[in-house]
Amino acid sequence: MNTIEMETDVLVVGGGTAGPMAAVKAKEANPKLRVMLLEKANVKRSGAISMGMDGLNNAVIPGHATPEQYTKEITIANDGIVNQKTVYAYANHSYKTIEQLDRWGVKFEKDETGDYAMRKVHHLGTYVLPMPEGHHMKKILYRQLKKARVEVVNRVVGTRILKDAEGKAAGLMGFDCRTGDFVVIRARAVILSCGAAGRLGLPASGYLFGTYENPTNAGDGYAMAYHAGAELANLECYQINPLIKDYNGPACAYVTGPFGGYTANSHGERFIECDYWSGQMMWEFYNELQSGKGPVFLKLDHLAEETISNIEVILHTNERPSRGRFHEGRGTDYRRKMVEMHISEIGFCSGHSASGVWVNEKAETTVPGLYAAGDMASVPHNYMLGAFTYGWFAGQNAAAFIAGSAAAAIDTTQIDAERARIAAPLGRSDGIPPNQLEYKLRRMVNDYLQPPKVTSKMLLAQERFDEVAEDLQRLVAANPHELMRALEVGHIYDCARMAAHASLFRTESRWGLYHYRADFPERNDAEWFTHCHLRKTADGAMESIKRPVEPYILPLDDEEKTAYQRLRIVKEAAIA
Amino acid sequence: MTYATQRTTVPVTVDEEKCIAQKGCTVCVDVCPLDVLAIDLAKGKAYMQYDECWYCMPCEKDCPTGAVHVDIPYLLR
Repeated sequence: MNTIEMETDVLVVGGGTAGPMAAVKAKEANPKLRVMLLEKANVKRSGAISMGMDGLNNAVIPGHATPEQYTKEITIANDGIVNQKTVYAYANHSYKTIEQLDRWGVKFEKDETGDYAMRKVHHLGTYVLPMPEGHHMKKILYRQLKKARVEVVNRVVGTRILKDAEGKAAGLMGFDCRTGDFVVIRARAVILSCGAAGRLGLPASGYLFGTYENPTNAGDGYAMAYHAGAELANLECYQINPLIKDYNGPACAYVTGPFGGYTANSHGERFIECDYWSGQMMWEFYNELQSGKGPVFLKLDHLAEETISNIEVILHTNERPSRGRFHEGRGTDYRRKMVEMHISEIGFCSGHSASGVWVNEKAETTVPGLYAAGDMASVPHNYMLGAFTYGWFAGQNAAAFIAGSAAAAIDTTQIDAERARIAAPLGRSDGIPPNQLEYKLRRMVNDYLQPPKVTSKMLLAQERFDEVAEDLQRLVAANPHELMRALEVGHIYDCARMAAHASLFRTESRWGLYHYRADFPERNDAEWFTHCHLRKTADGAMESIKRPVEPYILPLDDEEKTAYQRLRIVKEAAIA
Repeated sequence: MTYATQRTTVPVTVDEEKCIAQKGCTVCVDVCPLDVLAIDLAKGKAYMQYDECWYCMPCEKDCPTGAVHVDIPYLLR
């Protein structure tokens, strides 16, 4: 195994959504800086938006919504456990980010007066802006990377953060998944933008890569931040999404809702007032799915031909364009049949829920010189636009951080240890192939960690995970590609342990289905109106701690507080 | 330890008549997020080496000759 050494000033890890923005903004902040964008795939087509995106889900546009209103809505949707400063920082910058994307050539839907054609999907405010031509997103970002002269390194998988003698982030270690070379990159600031932990649970189909998230996003960023000593927030607030059954992509009620489509039960009846994804919405979805009126469907068959063909164009060319092929295979025509839905496997993703590496409003983690942005950073319900915005913050602030910091010495024993850890699976002639271990681990995640969460089941999960820890020492890889899968299993294992640990710590139920504990079914604000953080202690143990919710900058009134607890449609009681 | 081989029907197929990998094209291999495609050097054609597909379609969309076709993986179909 060769060792490749590289050096840069700002290292951005992950070239999906937040990463390219971070790299471009770091370079803009100080054009003299060397900025490197590392990607385990290829930045041309990587991350959650490899095929583009069909709309903005959280656009705060003057005249349609205010940052204050948006911050309050996300506070409510997240059952109050929110660092409002981070959400407000996003909301205030949202329009500026949209204008930047617009100038770069991203096409948003506009009305006949040239104003953004906003749609209401959330329970209270109006934040959805369609992008019917959003399939070109990655091309636009790539052009900006080239223009800003960001150094792009593809097909290198990060595995651990390098730290200096003062405890600052000082680079990254990993390997090239094509050549198997060990890679050490020294940097003065590191930005993690590695996406969600999308390969935590196993999809109901049993196909390892049939996940909701792009399966390249295996939780690498969560694992790297954890081992670097950063605090992670609210991991028990899982991501669970309502999806097209088996296909496991979004049914896109956000897109179809404004056209008249909706989520229905098997009787074709609407059962939720609002299709915006929240823990409470998922709770109602789950209950309907399990009930005698289940399963759940996306209903479009009542719409006019013109509307349906319009919906088909948007949904079958953007984000997950193979969707049309899936429907065709099953003979599902929106005109005649409702689309069967199901719930996704569990994962971590702040983009949709609130489980992420903790960051403040400057995208700083608790490790100096280490930043996080996008799906893996803890700003709740941040979606694509939040990833761009926090990528922007991270790039700018990392550039400023460097100006005031000198490089400290690096203890090379961490490099030797990581080199040995990465090389191990290639050196074994027999053992467990990564795909088998991954299947078993993720199947156990489903068996023991999926809500409804049960204490004794989660304790059993921890026993099984200890056995998996031994199996990880027996992983065998025949080539660099299998080595990538082997190291990813290690990241999935770390995430699985964190999911169990965080879920056991919070002895109440909150966020609807995301953290429903069957043996602690009530919400307990007296004890648990608090953030829960998780970190690795100096002696290597996993620790959960409470962190108080900072005083709100935008207080809620009583009516607002419970808005997301009233999502189920209330039928008028029959007169006896 | 012994390993069994298992036959799998793969979702990504390549029309070898249309594929121009022998001329040095590696577009589909380059854009795959999961890195599951490869070039068969003996044949000079692209093929799916690992059954780890997200059916996301950059390989098909970006292929300059329309040689690549993505099916939904059998287990999900």
